[in-house]
Amino acid sequence: MSALTGGSTAATSFLSRFAGLKTQLPGNLAEREAASVVFAHAGLPGRKLEAWKYTSLAPLADASFHEPLTLLAPCDDLLALVPPPALAMDCPRLIFRDGRFRADLSTAPGFFSSFADAPELAADPRPMVALNTMLTEDGAVLDLPEGMDGGTLLLVHLASDLHGQPTAAHPRHIIRLAKGARLELIEISVGSGSYLHNPVFQIALAPFATLTHVRLQSEAAVAYHLATLNVSADTGAFYDSFTFTAGARLSRAETSATIAGEAARVHLDAAQLLADHQHADITTILRHAAPHGASRQTVRNVLDGHARGVFQGRIEVARGAQKTDGYQMNQALLLSPDAEIDSKPELEIFADDVKCSHGATVGELDADQFFYLRARGVPADLARMMLVRAFLADSIDALANDDARAILDHVLTTRWGAAA
Amino acid sequence: MSTLRIEGLKASIGDKEILHGIDLVVPAGEVHAIMGPNGSGKSTLSYVLSGRDGYEVTGGIATYGDADLLAMDPEQRAAAGLFLAFQYPVELPGVGNANFLRVALNSIRRTRGEPELDAVQFLKLARAAMKSLSMPEDMLKRQVNVGFSGGEKKRNEVLQMAILKPTLAILDETDSGLDIDALKIVADGVNALRGPDFSALVITHYQRLLDYIVPDRVHVLAHGRIIRSGGPELALELEANGYAQIVAEAA
Ligand SMILES: Nc1ncnc2c1ncn2[C@@H]1O[C@H](COP(=O)(O)OP(=O)(O)OP(=O)(O)O)[C@@H](O)[C@H]1O
Ligand SMILES: [Mg+2]
Repeated sequence: MSALTGGSTAATSFLSRFAGLKTQLPGNLAEREAASVVFAHAGLPGRKLEAWKYTSLAPLADASFHEPLTLLAPCDDLLALVPPPALAMDCPRLIFRDGRFRADLSTAPGFFSSFADAPELAADPRPMVALNTMLTEDGAVLDLPEGMDGGTLLLVHLASDLHGQPTAAHPRHIIRLAKGARLELIEISVGSGSYLHNPVFQIALAPFATLTHVRLQSEAAVAYHLATLNVSADTGAFYDSFTFTAGARLSRAETSATIAGEAARVHLDAAQLLADHQHADITTILRHAAPHGASRQTVRNVLDGHARGVFQGRIEVARGAQKTDGYQMNQALLLSPDAEIDSKPELEIFADDVKCSHGATVGELDADQFFYLRARGVPADLARMMLVRAFLADSIDALANDDARAILDHVLTTRWGAAA
Repeated sequence: MSTLRIEGLKASIGDKEILHGIDLVVPAGEVHAIMGPNGSGKSTLSYVLSGRDGYEVTGGIATYGDADLLAMDPEQRAAAGLFLAFQYPVELPGVGNANFLRVALNSIRRTRGEPELDAVQFLKLARAAMKSLSMPEDMLKRQVNVGFSGGEKKRNEVLQMAILKPTLAILDETDSGLDIDALKIVADGVNALRGPDFSALVITHYQRLLDYIVPDRVHVLAHGRIIRSGGPELALELEANGYAQIVAEAA
């Protein structure tokens, strides 16, 4: 592997894009240069990295990624891919196209500013974050002052290829909730054609702040989605997230969350609904660094065709993090004999008075239930969909946000091409 | 008006033949009872007629009117008017009873080219059906059969039947586990559907049910064959003497 090219066609295309673009990119060039050195040495993360053991980026390594030329492009076709219940929501919305904020399509709340106006970049040794740091152009910066209830906010990312050539977008979103602030963020990614969407989220919750973060990844069938989320929750704060993976040929959501203050809570729940040759990876690193913290991760996979689901969940409990309550559960429903689930829980506990549990289940569609529905006249496809919905019921019904439930239900029902 | 016609029906599970050649005709408008010892193949017959996987039909035919039942998917059979009240109703955690009933009804209506019912129309229909079966309305809000008592599950089967209004019902021991009042309610539910277009196969171990749902014919199924048929009096004879003699005569 060459240190200058990053070792793959894709990495080379990113580095040469940086070389050509760097003087025009906003913010501190030194940070970007440093990130480019990290990325050039590491290249795209490969399976020799323990964190990428189950997910190979080989399918995208041979692609050459192009600059999206869509600063002013119309977005009607892409917006039509957003589930209608999301667009019907009566709340502010932020629309990004290929990594850039589109003020013309957005109704931004007062606490929003554009990342491009005042970029904050920080060093991170992970290759995908370094890639993002090197090339990011824009993102949402949400700064909620003390005690503010920001209500619900919709964040949509639209992406597309460029005349059949793959493109790449690397938005950088920064969310800071000051003491006691609240926000319900519904984030949706859609697109068409082949592209890489590589967002990085920096989320910091001050004491007693609450962020509800519902993520719908519904990218194009041949697209790549590689998200990294860094979260810190201070005393009594609550990061309540749910990631719903439905799209992309290959995707990963890596969340690194730290319970930094006493009695903070972090929920990293997820559901993945995959078919054909889709591969999707949920990776979490949860650090309990303060006492009385609680973390929950319930990850449900529904896998059809040759799909492969991955869940890697690591919980670290520091010596001082007594009375930690950690729970992790990974469940898979295999709809086809060729589908596969890989589950890797890891517990690293240095405190002696903690409660940590994890479990995993793998099952198939229940033949008796399937027959019961069909005997009542329900066609096979719809019966399968109802049983999948039932498998995900605890996940979806647990969402407190009515709009989020309606959006995910819409994705579930349209996926089977039948209406319940 | 359709007749159920079963001729020489043979069916196996794995290598084991369970039904050894069933002959049975149920004309439209008639209710026939099937009785027989445990393990004789009564439920197997009901599953084969309704299309459950895992049974291999190795001979014979089963038609309903012009329809070749054995060639149809289970959902097509339901749309053709067939309904099986399960001996062991299945629990569907995560599926609401109201949603289940509405999806089932609308699926059947869609297949038949009839207009679907909206939520309001459906609720009206469901409430009326529940009332006639003396079922508490909150059962609609619960998950299908989850946490239902044995008797409640059986009543829920009859509720589904009342809402889907089949023209050919197979009741597999729907009376087992019911208290005396519930037995009457269930029988009333079946009798309400009786008419020139409705026929039923009532599988039971107890003559008592047949006091309420008076059958036109009674058949004895043993070792995978119908070994005796007669009028309602046959049920009384079985109640008094058991199966031993009849089975011995047939052997
Ligand atoms: N999956 C199976 N594998 C092997 N044998 C089976 C299977 N299912 C049913 N059988 C056998 O088939 C025979 C008929 O069973 P069936 O359930 O039809 O009897 P039944 O007449 O309904 O009995 P009951 O009155 O107890 O309900 C029994 O001997 C039973 O053990
Ligand atoms: Mg039986």
